[in-house]
Formats: sequence, C-alpha cells, structure tokens
Amino acid sequence: MDASILQSIWTVIAFVFFVGVVIWAWSSRRKSDFEEHARMALDDDMSVNEKEQADPGK
Amino acid sequence: MNNETMTYEYSVVRQFAIMTVVLGIVGMLIGVFIASQMAFPALNFDTPWLSFGRLRPLHTNAVIFGFGGSALFATSYYVVQRTCHTRLFAPGLAQFTFWGWMLIIVLAVVTLPLGITSSKEYAELEWPIDILITIVWVAYAVVFFGTIAKRKVKHIYVANWFFGAFILTVAMLHVVNSAAIPVTLTKSYSAYAGVQDAMVQWWYGHNAVGFFLTAGFLGIMYYFIPKQANRPVYSYRLSVVHFWALSFTYIWAGPHHLHYTALPDWTQSLGMVFSLILLAPSWGGMINGIMTLSGAWEKLRTDPILKFLIVSVSFYGMSTFEGPMMAIKTVNALSHYTDWTVGHVHSGALGWVAMISIGAMYYLIPKLFDTEIYSKKLMETHFWIATIGIVLYITSMWISGIMQGLMWRAINADGTLTYSFVESVQAMHPFYVVRATGGALFLTGMLIMAYNLARTIAQGKAATDAVVPAAATAH
Repeated sequence: MDASILQSIWTVIAFVFFVGVVIWAWSSRRKSDFEEHARMALDDDMSVNEKEQADPGK
Repeated sequence: MNNETMTYEYSVVRQFAIMTVVLGIVGMLIGVFIASQMAFPALNFDTPWLSFGRLRPLHTNAVIFGFGGSALFATSYYVVQRTCHTRLFAPGLAQFTFWGWMLIIVLAVVTLPLGITSSKEYAELEWPIDILITIVWVAYAVVFFGTIAKRKVKHIYVANWFFGAFILTVAMLHVVNSAAIPVTLTKSYSAYAGVQDAMVQWWYGHNAVGFFLTAGFLGIMYYFIPKQANRPVYSYRLSVVHFWALSFTYIWAGPHHLHYTALPDWTQSLGMVFSLILLAPSWGGMINGIMTLSGAWEKLRTDPILKFLIVSVSFYGMSTFEGPMMAIKTVNALSHYTDWTVGHVHSGALGWVAMISIGAMYYLIPKLFDTEIYSKKLMETHFWIATIGIVLYITSMWISGIMQGLMWRAINADGTLTYSFVESVQAMHPFYVVRATGGALFLTGMLIMAYNLARTIAQGKAATDAVVPAAATAH
C-alpha cells in the first residue's frame, strides 16, 4: 500500500475521531461531570477542616 | 489515607519561576538592543558577535525557550500536582530538567554569538545541544506523565491535556526537524534537502507556535484564570472540543510560511485553508478564557493579575484573527517578508505569551513563598507600561510593514519599479525608532516586576510547601 493511501486512511480516522469527540462532549450524560470538572482548579486547596488537621497548633 | 501529611514539591517550581523573570529580562534586553540596531546600525560596533544576524537567534531562543520555556516548566509542574492532588513524580528528575534546561540556555548564549548555528529558524542550536534538549525533554515527559499516572483524582483536568499535548508534540517536532548529519562537533547538515527541508522546517516552526507558544500557554490560561477570578471554566465542553480541534488543525498550517515559493501549489493552498479553519479552535479558547470572568467582571477593575491574564487572552484573539488573514495567499503577497510579520509575531509573543506568563508569575511567586505581593501598585504600573509598549510595537510594525509591501510592489507605467529597495529602508526608519521605544517600555515593565518580586520573595518563607489535600475530599 502506498503512502498516500495510508495518509488518506489516517485523515479519515482523525476526522471520525473528532466527530466522535464532539458527539461525546454534547451528550447529556456529560453535563454534570463537566460542571464538576470546570471547578477542578478551584477545588485544589484544602478545606479549613483539613488545614486544622494538618497543623493542629493553629 | 496515611497519617503523614504530604506536601507538594515546590522547589523546582520556585527555581523555574525565578528564572522566568531573569531570562525574560535577558531575552528582552537583547531584543531591545537589536531593535535599536535596526534604527541605528552603528550599534553593531563592527563586531561580528554583536551583529544582528547572530544576536537575533539569541533573542528568539532566550525569550521562547528561556523565558517561555521556564514559565511552562514552572506552571506545568505546579498545575499538574495541584490538579492531580499528588506530589510531583520523581522530584530528582525534575531537578535534572531544571539544570539541564539552564545548561542549554548557557550553551545557546555561548554558541549563537560565535556564529555556530544550524541556520534553521527557532532551531538554530547545533546537534550536540539538540541531543541534550532531547534528553531533558524526555525527563520532563517522565516527570509530567508520571505525576498524571499517580493522580488521586479520576479526571485529568483540561490544563493538563494542553500541557501534555505541548510536551508530546514538541518532542516529535524537535526530533524530526533536528535530524542532521554531523560533520564536526559544531557543524552539521540537515537530513533533508531543498524544498523538503523548507517544509520540514516550517512544519516544525509553525507547530512550535501551535504547541509550544499556544497549547502550553492555554494550559496556563485554564488554571490561572479560573483560579484568580474564582470562577469555574466557562464551558468545559468547549475546552474539550477546542483542544482536539486545535491539535488536529495546527499540524497542517505550516505551508503558509512558504507561499509563492518552490513548494507545490496544492500544499500552499492546503496550508492556507487549514490556517483559516484554525480561527475556530483558537477563538474557542479565547472565548472560553474571557467568558470565565462572566459574573466577576468587576474584578477586572481592581485586580492587576486579572488584567494581565485577560488582556493576554484578548491579544491571543487578535493575533489568531490576524494570522489566518495573513495566511490567505493574496494577503500574504503583500505581507510576506515585511515588518507586518514581525508585528504579528510580537502581538502574539508580547501580548499573549508574555502577558499570560507575567500574570501567572504574579499569582505564583507570592504563593510559592507563602506571602502576599510586595506592591499591588507596582503591578498596576507594570501592566500599563507593558500594554503601552505592545501597542507602540505592533502599530509601528503594521504601518511600516504595509508601507514596505506597497513600496516594493509599486510599478511605474513603463513596468519599472517605483522605489529602489533602499528607499523603503529609509522610509522605515521612524517606525524602527517607535518599535525600539515600545520594546524598551516592555522591558522597563519587566524590571519593575523583578524588583517587586524580589521584595516579595525577601518578605516570604521559602521552606513552606502547601499540603496535598487528603484523598477523602478528592472528587
């Protein structure tokens, strides 16, 4: 098989994969997960409770 | 969960964060110097190693790989730990990446002014240094993906996807483009020849823009904007879709650097079409970054860090509109080889890359030293000086570039050229002075930043690393 056929196959695979990602991202089951993921940067600090456990002197 | 408290590994983040500021100043100082040479050529002092041709690659290497690279190492090591709720994997190897990367920068500072170069743009360093880059980069990948592998949360946060794509793609680009036949220790010849060499070079060159200067910094955006605004990502769905769209599209855009050359026409058209498509995923990221502020717009008035971050994303939107437009062949016929290109690059480099790095460092460095910023007022001053500097830089280059292009193509009724080349050079002089002034303002802002952060570090405590949240609270 020559290289241009392989390249065409790869292009089709990449396109189908991308369409799959779009369908997956818009499926209603993802909605609540995404809402949680969107907060991940905010939820990386310790809660006040944990801070006390980590440093009981304060 | 075990009883002992685990802390994040911050020492390597501190080292890279400090070097971001230091190398930013070094790289931009060289930039201002060579910009002044363009306005006043006598500044090359008739010395080969101070000539523009040797210092220009030193400027680009210092700002892209020194300043930008350090910012990416610092933020990716910080973000991956914090969003994976785990300590950095192999901290010793992370230290190796720091010292290795610094050695590479030192070698660049030595070899480039001596004229030792492979002459490939943004990949000028000779083959022994290329091998060292590869080794350090593999270590970086091991540390980063090792940390992802031992994460305590199920989901891999979007910022880490962008950092991961940046690390993987840059590895591939660097290895393919740097393939060469060594002749001596300081001289090698590219493994490719002719137009193939040009295409490989710009496949590398444009994807260095796409993955080093875009994907990596989008990783910064997706952590630091939500964090500083204290708002969730505007649309997580959009972040997933524009990540994959960006990854698939950027790879094809390189040929727009080779319009009207020996490159086959179909390749040029392909590059143009994919550059135009690229507007969509780029603006997806821009919209997502800016709209994350919705519900918290008033913070933009009082928070200088958010000003840096949001103005940065605005410049990202501007330059990713300008880029596709310049990739259209008929527009490129006017813009190519002119100062317009230089202005476009700097609206991305100063406006997007530098501004978001500066914002991230103002957030990060006080946190790393467990203190508050020394002066909020100086941050505000820095913001305005930097912004005015960028505006002077890009507007002067727009005017100069379009004028240059129009002068070059102007033809008299009898078919002769209206202007000689040197007349166009003469016409550019005032704009070169304005550009150097804009650059000097931006550099002044960096010096204010260095002072502010030095005072911040002096009042802080270096030894305190934040505690990793317990597994129970991890989602």
